[in-house]
Parts: sequence; structure tokens; C-alpha cells
Amino acid sequence: MATWDWHVFCKETTTGDTVPSCFGSGGDITYLDWLLSAWGWTLSVAVLALIVALAVGSLMGILRTAPDKRLVFIGNAWTELFRNIPLLVQIFLWYHVLPSLIKPLQGFPSFILVVFALGFFTSARISEQVKAGIQALPKGQRCAGLAVGLTLPQTYRYVLLPMAFRIVIPPLTSESMNIIKNSSVAFAVSVAELTMFAMQAGEETSRNVEMYLAVTGLYFISAFTINRLALVIENRVRVPGMIGAR
Amino acid sequence: MNLDFAFLNWGVVSSFVLKGLVFSVQLTLIAMVGGILLGTALALMRLSGKPWLVTPAAAYVNTMRSIPLVMVILWFFLLIPLLTGKPLGAEVSAMITFTLFEAAYYSEIMRAGIQSVPKGQVHAAYAVGMSYSQTMQLIILPQAFRNMLPVLLTQTIILFQDTSLVYAIGAYDLLKGFEIAGKNFNRPVETYLIAAVVYFIICFSLSMLVRRLQNKIAIIR
Repeated sequence: MATWDWHVFCKETTTGDTVPSCFGSGGDITYLDWLLSAWGWTLSVAVLALIVALAVGSLMGILRTAPDKRLVFIGNAWTELFRNIPLLVQIFLWYHVLPSLIKPLQGFPSFILVVFALGFFTSARISEQVKAGIQALPKGQRCAGLAVGLTLPQTYRYVLLPMAFRIVIPPLTSESMNIIKNSSVAFAVSVAELTMFAMQAGEETSRNVEMYLAVTGLYFISAFTINRLALVIENRVRVPGMIGAR
Repeated sequence: MNLDFAFLNWGVVSSFVLKGLVFSVQLTLIAMVGGILLGTALALMRLSGKPWLVTPAAAYVNTMRSIPLVMVILWFFLLIPLLTGKPLGAEVSAMITFTLFEAAYYSEIMRAGIQSVPKGQVHAAYAVGMSYSQTMQLIILPQAFRNMLPVLLTQTIILFQDTSLVYAIGAYDLLKGFEIAGKNFNRPVETYLIAAVVYFIICFSLSMLVRRLQNKIAIIR
């Protein structure tokens, strides 16, 4: 196998000249600059999609535990719909199909469309976790909340959800790590994220191994950071007196 | 714009889509069988308690599970020809990749399944004089398998969905079949829509079947 050539990251992307500082100046960008901006795109897609997924997923998860059968049906239908279509196909639906059916969507950059595609896809999995978290609570909690005169929304807000969300932190952590990994599918609609960078820069420089290694390393670091962050959050919000609390 | 599905007839389906569907199903089945076999071996290694078996198996599983599947597909497509010295088609490369990748996920399911069998079963098997392989084959794995069958099948449905990612190396799968048909008839919107419906019908009915199976075979303790 050929020898390593890590200097390739210091090369300017159009001329191929090596830049001494490894960071381009003026309008020039090196492969290192490009790699870091691609990392930024990956993190932006992942974080924004996670916000969408948490909001929609929690709502759908809550609906699935509601006493009203119609609400349960909406939550179930949402979950089944977004869980049973491959992510890549969903991204194509957002990118190719929706803009031609809904005119105002045509001006949207693919970045925004991918955020919604990935967010809705993940919301199905999060709704499953949130539902399981609420159902894991003893039935008496809900009855007690209603019995002391709280309305149903108040019971959720002050009694059920504070406990349920703490229960689902570990599965939500792994979903957050999944969302970083799944953001790689955005390459298919030309979002300039890490996987897209790996493919294009690898082709331009013929230094695929170095490019892939750098990208794989950044994915590792991103997922690991989320893992640690989640651990901090988990420790902060522990309920005193419960198992594992200090 | 108006949707127009008039171009779609049996001829189109059989000449573009069917080939892709066959490959997607083939890839899923090969990766499932290979992944479960390899995954069982990995799970047994991790549960063996011997550091020289546990460490490599754990490292393999954790590495595979931390890298996005698309990157794994690209890595193997790049590395297999470098190692073997001859170029490999995208289809064969995908089969190798998915088998090795899914093994990591199946092994975690197998490990959880094996750990769900009460320890007393192992002791009882040893007490009646069975060897390690007899204990595993005759006592532990049959029970573990029954416990985890629904999860294994659910993972296989996810695997079927993930096969669409061979898009990254241009293999001809179900999605690609629809895409090419869409390009040929200049009807990309309709074909992506039908692709989504077809994937949904397949995956939804399979997951309904898994749910029924789950209720049927659950061991009551």
C-alpha cells in the first residue's frame, strides 16, 4: 500500500499548491478548511434535526398515551409512516417530490429540507421512547394528578413528563448519536457535510484513505462528545432518592 | 404540477424495478444470515470472559457501531480492492459490507438475548455433565433465540431499509430501479413517490407480522 500523505490537507483546493500554514487566506481554501466547514455542516444538520425530532417526537409520543382514541391514532400513524420508509427515500421525498407538489417549498435550500427529513425520521423513534417512558410510570401517578384537580395537560406537565423525560434520557442519548451518523445520508442531496467531503475530496486528490480516516475520526469525536454531554445532563437532572441518584 | 402515473405498466416494472427489488431482497437475506452467524460468534466471544477474545470482539462491535453506514460502505468499496488486488463490483462489495456491518448489530442483540437466559440454566447444564458447546447449542441458544427472535426480525427490517444506502456506490437496488425508471420517462416525482409507497408497504406489513409473532411466541415466566 502507498505511504501516508497527510500534507494533502494543506493543499489549496483549486490549484493544488501546498499552503505553509495549512489554512487558506483570502478567497483560497485548503482541504483542511473544507474539512472543518464540512464538520460544521454535519453538526448543524444533526443539531437542528435533533431539535425538530425532540419537539415533534415528544408531541407524538404524548399523543400516543392520551385517553382520546383519535389522538392515539394520529400518534401511531405518524410513527408508523416515518419509521417504515428508508431515510434516503424520505430525503428524496423532501428534496424531489414535496417542492413540486407544494410550490412555496421550491426556494428552500437542501440543507433545510434535510433537517426536516432527518428530524421527522428521528421523531418516529423518539415518539416510541417517550411513549415507553410515560407508560413505564405507575398508573397511579396519572390518577393522582387528576384526582387533586389538575387538568389533563397539567397532569402531563407537572406529574408525568418530568419523570418520563428523565427515564428516557439514555435511549435519547443513543438517538442523538444516531442522528449524527444518519446526517451522513445528506450527501445524497449535495449538502456539503462530512461524507460529501470524503467522496469529493477523495476523488480530487486520490487520497481517499487519508480523507476517509479524517472524516471517520470526526464522526467518532462528535458522537463521543454527545455521549459525554448526555451523561452530564443525566447527572444534573437526577431525581433525589431514585436509583442512581447521589 | 399534476401527477401522472400513466407511464407505469408491467413492462416498466419488470424491466427496471424488479431487478432492483431482487437485489435488495438478496442483499438483505445474505446480510441477515451472514450477520446472524458472525454476530453469534462475536456475542459468544464477548461473553466468554477470556480477555483475548473479549477485547477484539468488543473493539470490532464498538467501531462498527460508531461509524455511519454510508462511510462503512465507502470504506469497504475502497479497501477490498486494495487488499485483494482486483476490482470488485458494487453489488458484491455491498454484500460483504452489509454482512460485516450488520454482524455488529446482531451480536448486540444476541448478547442481550443470551444474557436474558437465567444463569441457573448454565449451571444445571454443567451439573448434568454437558460440555460448553453442548450447553450453548442445546440449552442456552435455543432459549435465547426464542427471546430475541422479534428483535432480530425488527433489525432485519431496518437492514432492508438500510440497503437503499448502496446508492453511495451506485449498486442497482430497488431505489435505483425506480430512479432509473423515473429518469427514462422524465417522471422522477412520481417514481420517488411510488418508491416510498413500496418501501412503506413492505416494511409496514413485515413489522405487523413481527408484532403478531411476538405475541405468539413470548415465553411466559
